[in-house]
Amino acid sequence: MEKDLGREIMEMRECYRNGNTKPMSWRRSQLQALRSFLQDYEVPIFRALNLDLGKHYVEAFRDEVGLLKKSVNLALNDLKRWMTSTGAKLPIIALLSSAELVPEPLGLVLVISPWNFPLGLSLEPLIGAIAAGNAVVLKPSELAPACSSLLANTLPKYLDNQAIKVFEGGPAVGQQLLQQKWDKIFFTGSAKVGRIVMSEAAKNLTPVTLELGEKCPAVLDSLSWSFDKEVAIKRIIGAKYGSCAGQACISIDYVLVEKSFSSTVVDMMKAMIKTMYGDNPRESHSVARIINKHHFLRLKNLITDPNVKDCIVFGGSMDEDNLYIEPTILVNPPLESAIMTEEIFGPLLPIITLDKIEDSIDFIKKRPKPLAVYAFTKNEDLRKRMVSETSSGSVVFNDAIVQFAADTIPFGGIGESGMGKYHGKFTFDTFTHYKAVARRSFFTDFWYRFPPWNNHKLELLEDSYNFDYFGLLLVILGLKRSRKTFHVN
Amino acid sequence: MGSEVEKKAVFDTESAKEVVKELRDSFVAGKTKTYEWRRTQLAAMLKMMDENEPQIVAALSDDLSKPELESSIYEIAMLKNSCKLALKEMKHWMMPEKAKTSMTTFPSSAEIVSDPLGVVLIISAWNYPFLLSLDPVVGAIAAGNAIVLKPSEISPATASLLAKLVKKYLDCSCIKVVEGAVPETTALLEQKWDKIMYTGNGRIARIVMAAAAKHLTPVVLELGGKCPVIVDSGINLQVATRRIIAGKWGCNNGQACISPDYIITTKDYAPELVDSFKCELERFYGKNPLESKDLSRIVNSNHFARLLKLLDEDTVSSKIVYGGERDETNLKIAPTILLDVPKDSLIMNEEIFGPLLPIITIDKVEGSFDLINSSGTKPLAAYLFTNNKKLKEKFVEKVSAGGLVVNDTTVHLAEPALPFGGVGDSGMGAYHGKFSFDTFSHKKAVLYRSFAGDAAVRYPPYTAGKLRLMRALLGGSIMGIIRALLGWSKP
Repeated sequence: MEKDLGREIMEMRECYRNGNTKPMSWRRSQLQALRSFLQDYEVPIFRALNLDLGKHYVEAFRDEVGLLKKSVNLALNDLKRWMTSTGAKLPIIALLSSAELVPEPLGLVLVISPWNFPLGLSLEPLIGAIAAGNAVVLKPSELAPACSSLLANTLPKYLDNQAIKVFEGGPAVGQQLLQQKWDKIFFTGSAKVGRIVMSEAAKNLTPVTLELGEKCPAVLDSLSWSFDKEVAIKRIIGAKYGSCAGQACISIDYVLVEKSFSSTVVDMMKAMIKTMYGDNPRESHSVARIINKHHFLRLKNLITDPNVKDCIVFGGSMDEDNLYIEPTILVNPPLESAIMTEEIFGPLLPIITLDKIEDSIDFIKKRPKPLAVYAFTKNEDLRKRMVSETSSGSVVFNDAIVQFAADTIPFGGIGESGMGKYHGKFTFDTFTHYKAVARRSFFTDFWYRFPPWNNHKLELLEDSYNFDYFGLLLVILGLKRSRKTFHVN
Repeated sequence: MGSEVEKKAVFDTESAKEVVKELRDSFVAGKTKTYEWRRTQLAAMLKMMDENEPQIVAALSDDLSKPELESSIYEIAMLKNSCKLALKEMKHWMMPEKAKTSMTTFPSSAEIVSDPLGVVLIISAWNYPFLLSLDPVVGAIAAGNAIVLKPSEISPATASLLAKLVKKYLDCSCIKVVEGAVPETTALLEQKWDKIMYTGNGRIARIVMAAAAKHLTPVVLELGGKCPVIVDSGINLQVATRRIIAGKWGCNNGQACISPDYIITTKDYAPELVDSFKCELERFYGKNPLESKDLSRIVNSNHFARLLKLLDEDTVSSKIVYGGERDETNLKIAPTILLDVPKDSLIMNEEIFGPLLPIITIDKVEGSFDLINSSGTKPLAAYLFTNNKKLKEKFVEKVSAGGLVVNDTTVHLAEPALPFGGVGDSGMGAYHGKFSFDTFSHKKAVLYRSFAGDAAVRYPPYTAGKLRLMRALLGGSIMGIIRALLGWSKP
């Protein structure tokens, strides 16, 4: 098995070296094929997501399929523009020269995707990698087996098999793949595995993009208008429980509110959950399942912790056989408890109360940098302070998760939440090497560029480098004496 | 005068931890964030260079016998330009960049804000010890970071001068120089940094990146490689030869990451090329180049021995067509040209980084691209001299390197509008000009949504109607949206 993998990858490298993936026509054909795949296989995709995660098909469309279609259309529309070299402005001294940045593919790249958005987080990077002209190996997560096998069995029917391959498997296959030489590795997953990926990449000096996680806080300011309050609560609840049941890197992990506002918030949240999911959320089939027993037990431990379980104010019931946990709200679990120190990645929402909402800034700063900071507030000062005093991948005001759908702003982390970014053109950029190309003519050479050296040449070079053309002229005309003298000889 | 015996403190993991803690406290206190602080640091750096140019030139002469002109221009003047550009443009760079928003997040506004990363580590090299230490520092300051600079111990005079000058002119609570060799660097690499920038070779780069991986620290690695020069016929040979010489021996005597490493030309043209080199080299460096003051020496005896090993290999030494003289006492090797050394020789399989220039001949110049690509590694730079338009196009299309120059060598380094960095084995990341600012910044996306304009379609309970509308919204067409609203499209 191992020898086969190595050989297959070598063949892919040959394919790339032959230039097969570089022409615009190839990239366009692959992107169009992906678009057809998304169209033709929409129903099987919904089915696979439902099998693996219990996702409702509307959620699947909103969070995965719909976004992918949008991305592939954007790539097709903008491909020509993205592939065009850009000219750099040059100073006058470089007369008769030109300079440009030529985008070129990195070569053979590896995309490793996670189980929570198994289609979206596999194909979004793939779209950018193809648009940038690379050969690609995709390794989807084995924890979402229906999606993994859908990709492995169906993509070859649509895409160029020599240049784009899907390798299924668990950690053993992942390890084997990491030991090959890649021109880039794009990894979405946990920080623990992120470190392993980067360490392996270091052996070959392979650049990496790591999309990780961390606890994303939502700061909920006391809003005076009831309309605003409604919308804020709706967005928080929708973002927490409605996107893979909180198993998303950009899920709201916990909420920070002022003490005086907290009971209103809890009441409104309870009401909102009822509105969205009915009295028995499980029956609504709108809340995704927990991915597997291991994570189920992990989440169970978070709320059965004796110091934590009394903090539950809503929900809390679990069904181990069906891997279902109902939307749960807690108030003020101890800050040292696991639920407040580890990324929750599940449908449990702690609400932490503060004396004043401004304290949220220090609270956030004390903790590792998250992928996103969310703040629901109309207070201009608080907003400014949030942006300038906290550090995170992104900041979103008055909403959550939607930044994922935006393709004009970069999506990525910082510190523990990752490195690198993508979405829209940023995905193309992350799989591209911008090669600097400078051209000169044989005319215009400055004789003072060459040895033997003397004071006169030194003065001329200094003025040239300072773009001091007037000074240059004076020295050449002999009207300005060299101020410099050699110090060392 | 009695001599003071100072007990030199050992810089170990504890010391490294303390340094990082002090800098982090300064950073968290917001010292490095203000425009004022950044501006005063950069202005102080300019003053530092104005007031200490002779000392800097002397240190470079000590470490490398670098000709004064090279020191003044390639190290000091370039750094001054870097500072001046940053001072001029910094306000503009620091401003958030407005981003367009689309239908999917309507109504909203968005911007990309440049945040400093925090506390960064810059490890520099010995060949341009002044420039390669402080040029990254300029970018890191402009971006608002606290900095530790670790200069190379192989250029000790410059390292200790840097330590002295930084202490005197810059804010020590935010910018520090740590001198030392392997133990000190290891202690530094064990700490958690917000970014590490390393300039040097591939072997150490792997160690740096592995250490960074433990803390998920992003890195910029500026490495090297064998930079090839393709020389076509039908060109202004004198100009081309001079430009190659300027890029090779005129740049620290070939000890530069972007120096031409070897030449590829046709069998027919080689004799003319060799003659041109002989003529111009003599014009520049005289009949006794070992005595010329316009060439740097080899930095130390290790590298001297390394280069002699390349030169004295059996199958290689017979291929010398010019030069080959050496002076071990003064660590000098004369500009040396070799013709058609074997492909498997040592000199053709490692980065030369010295004054030896092999010329490889092939039948047709078009074959040079395959020859370059056959090495399997991408160099930091590649050069082509030709008047043939098609050849230029093929060159840009087929040769992958950090940067390419047509009809010159190394000049792209001086252009701040071009990013300077490698690809593959020659490195990752880039800097110079605004790219330095960007490399030491975190580009934070900020999205402002209003409470109005909420699309119920996003939320459960989920229905086929909502799916229809969402399809239309994500599809972005107005007609689609209207049809969906009227119930005229498929679910």
